[in-house]
Amino acid sequence: MSTQPALISDANITWDLPPRGRVAMYCLISAESAIFTIFVVAYLFYVGKSLTGPMPKDVLHAPIFFTICLLSSSLTIHLAVSSLKRAKTSGFPLWWFLTLALGATFLAGTAREWHRLIYNEGLTIQTNLFGTTYYSLVGLHAFHVTVGLLAITTVLLFALLGYVRQEHAERVDVLALYWHFVDAVWVIVFTVVYVIGR
Amino acid sequence: MATDAITTLRADTASLPFVVKLHEWVTTVDHKRLGILYIVYALVFLMIGGVEAAVMRIQLIRPHNNFVSPEVFNQMFTMHGTTMIFFVVMPMLFGFANYLVPLMIGARDMAFPRLNAFSFWLTAFGGILLYFSFLGANGLYGDGTAPDVGWFAYAPLTSKTFSLGHSTDFWTLSLLVSGFGSIGTAVNIIATIFCMRCPGMTLAKMPLLAWLNLVMAVLVILAVSPLSAAQIMLAVDRYLGGHFFDTQAGGSAVIWMHFFWIFGHPEVYVLVIPAFAFASEIIPVFSRKAIFGYPVMVAATVCIAFISMSVWAHHMFTVGMNANANTFFVLSTMAIAVPTGIKIFNWLATMWGGKIHFKTPMLFCIGFLFQFLIAGLTGIMLSAAPFTWHLGNSYFVVAHFHYVIVGAILFATFGAFYYWFPKMAGKMYNETLGKLHFWLFLIGFHLTFDFMHIPGLLGMPRRIYTYEPGRGWDTLNLIVTIGAFFQAAGILVFVANLLWSYFHGETVGSDPWDAWTLEWSTSSPPPVYNFAITPEVRSRRPLWDLKHPEDPDWKYEYMERS
Repeated sequence: MSTQPALISDANITWDLPPRGRVAMYCLISAESAIFTIFVVAYLFYVGKSLTGPMPKDVLHAPIFFTICLLSSSLTIHLAVSSLKRAKTSGFPLWWFLTLALGATFLAGTAREWHRLIYNEGLTIQTNLFGTTYYSLVGLHAFHVTVGLLAITTVLLFALLGYVRQEHAERVDVLALYWHFVDAVWVIVFTVVYVIGR
Repeated sequence: MATDAITTLRADTASLPFVVKLHEWVTTVDHKRLGILYIVYALVFLMIGGVEAAVMRIQLIRPHNNFVSPEVFNQMFTMHGTTMIFFVVMPMLFGFANYLVPLMIGARDMAFPRLNAFSFWLTAFGGILLYFSFLGANGLYGDGTAPDVGWFAYAPLTSKTFSLGHSTDFWTLSLLVSGFGSIGTAVNIIATIFCMRCPGMTLAKMPLLAWLNLVMAVLVILAVSPLSAAQIMLAVDRYLGGHFFDTQAGGSAVIWMHFFWIFGHPEVYVLVIPAFAFASEIIPVFSRKAIFGYPVMVAATVCIAFISMSVWAHHMFTVGMNANANTFFVLSTMAIAVPTGIKIFNWLATMWGGKIHFKTPMLFCIGFLFQFLIAGLTGIMLSAAPFTWHLGNSYFVVAHFHYVIVGAILFATFGAFYYWFPKMAGKMYNETLGKLHFWLFLIGFHLTFDFMHIPGLLGMPRRIYTYEPGRGWDTLNLIVTIGAFFQAAGILVFVANLLWSYFHGETVGSDPWDAWTLEWSTSSPPPVYNFAITPEVRSRRPLWDLKHPEDPDWKYEYMERS
């Protein structure tokens, strides 16, 4: 213990390290990207290899409207965080709620599509390779949307109770980073499932 | 003063009843306690995995032996492999990373202490789940209990048709759960290293152990995630009736191999890079020289990690890939030998001209160095596709990767145990018992794994339950099994040494090795807060600077910019 003070050097060290929340979120996003990559590879590998119908081109319709909803939620969450950074506490819950609503709309769109596929087209995860890969990949994404929506709802509740203030902007921004990732993955999933896979 | 308050607290802890102490350990978020929990947990599973190996070796000691049934033998090699990789070596290395990285970079704790505890308990329950299969996996009367599909669980052996009951489900779920734990720890290690370094410790001044664990954590993120994805797919197949690996419905068994080995090969480097890290800390201290070629060591490690992501299909040469794929994976695999060779030469150059102290940690590191070299050489042999066509799935392969995992990783880890035991326990280990452990284990290791190459060359396939007499395998298998008992004896000496020294060892000060990194500047064992005052560093060897103010490192270090 007596040796400790000498470890303080007289050189004036300027020291600035990145925020840990942001670094951790980038790591999590890398791990998630690796998981999605494997599912995307499996999807692409099995395109056209189903032995029985229904085939993608017969039953899939590109969900343009819901895609627009999800992608624009990236914009609203960005606006929410930047209004929080500028201490406009009234703007934050509004944009934040809009993000939640857009995300929920997207999830409802997925639910409706699945309902149609299961009950009208008779496609389940057991039907053929297309069903297995489709429900797994889209379901994995929908699961991430759900997790994001739960987190967003939690923050919204805190915001409505008045606990979210300007100093929390950095943390909220880390959550926004995750949400941007979920949106970006949808661009890949959409391309793979509704463009290449069809 | 803060120190007095802490001292009182420690005095209180010593007299607390057992239940309270247990509660403290179970609910702890302290990186040092979690590190020790990881290590103790790994040691327990090392015993279990070792017993499984011993069962296999006794079964193979002579031809037509009937020590265990074929079914039990299949369970033994599956559980041995899964246990040793996922529940021994990984937790052991995570334990050391947890304990050492914050201390070496002058931090108070990991970046996310609660995530750290969460990750540990995920790993712990993953292991318990795997072993619960012995009790709970009976789906139908007469089914196997523990998983018996091999540690890489090739399709279609894992499908419902061929693997009845729940044994494969236990395997999948336990690896999924512990995999999430590993990813959590990796995220934590990266965030800790990037965000928690003490003032002055730029990346270029970090101890090599921190650097190598950073690379290891990046590899965990890139490698364990694909395994988790593949396990989810297998669970979809088994629980929901999916067809990912179902060849009857157009699925592919080969794609499982690809997914598994995209994890499986980088995993080897996840395990061996921390072993490199131990050697890179221990060899300089016991050679009384700074590490040779620090920047090159870092670059070589990053290079190994990078190449290791593109070599996975060398595990699949016998599957029948096309010539282009074979050529690519042969060349990329051989390329790994270059940065690895650089590292070996750097360690040798560190020892060259040094004043070498042959203490137990150094003995283990020297063993590591030579055995890793041989493991690398058989690795280059196996990287040639035609060679693997001949010897794939033979005991030659088993001998090769045990040379890596036991000869290199386990030896370096034993070195790390002896080197940091005084820091963790505050007591010195028994040097005589340590040397006995080294020699017993060295003899056992070479009896087992040197001689295991030969039956492989003579055509003995791995995973066979018994064999015909008169093929020239009999004596060799006997020698291999005898070696296993030497290793077991070595391990018993090791555990006895740890326990005896913990209770009766000689108390040591903060720096018994006259070492140079920050963990030796705080007391042994370190207080909960690690450092009373946040240290500031100017070179890679802050304690050298402290002990030699007339000739500090920072005057000479290449990257100094102050």
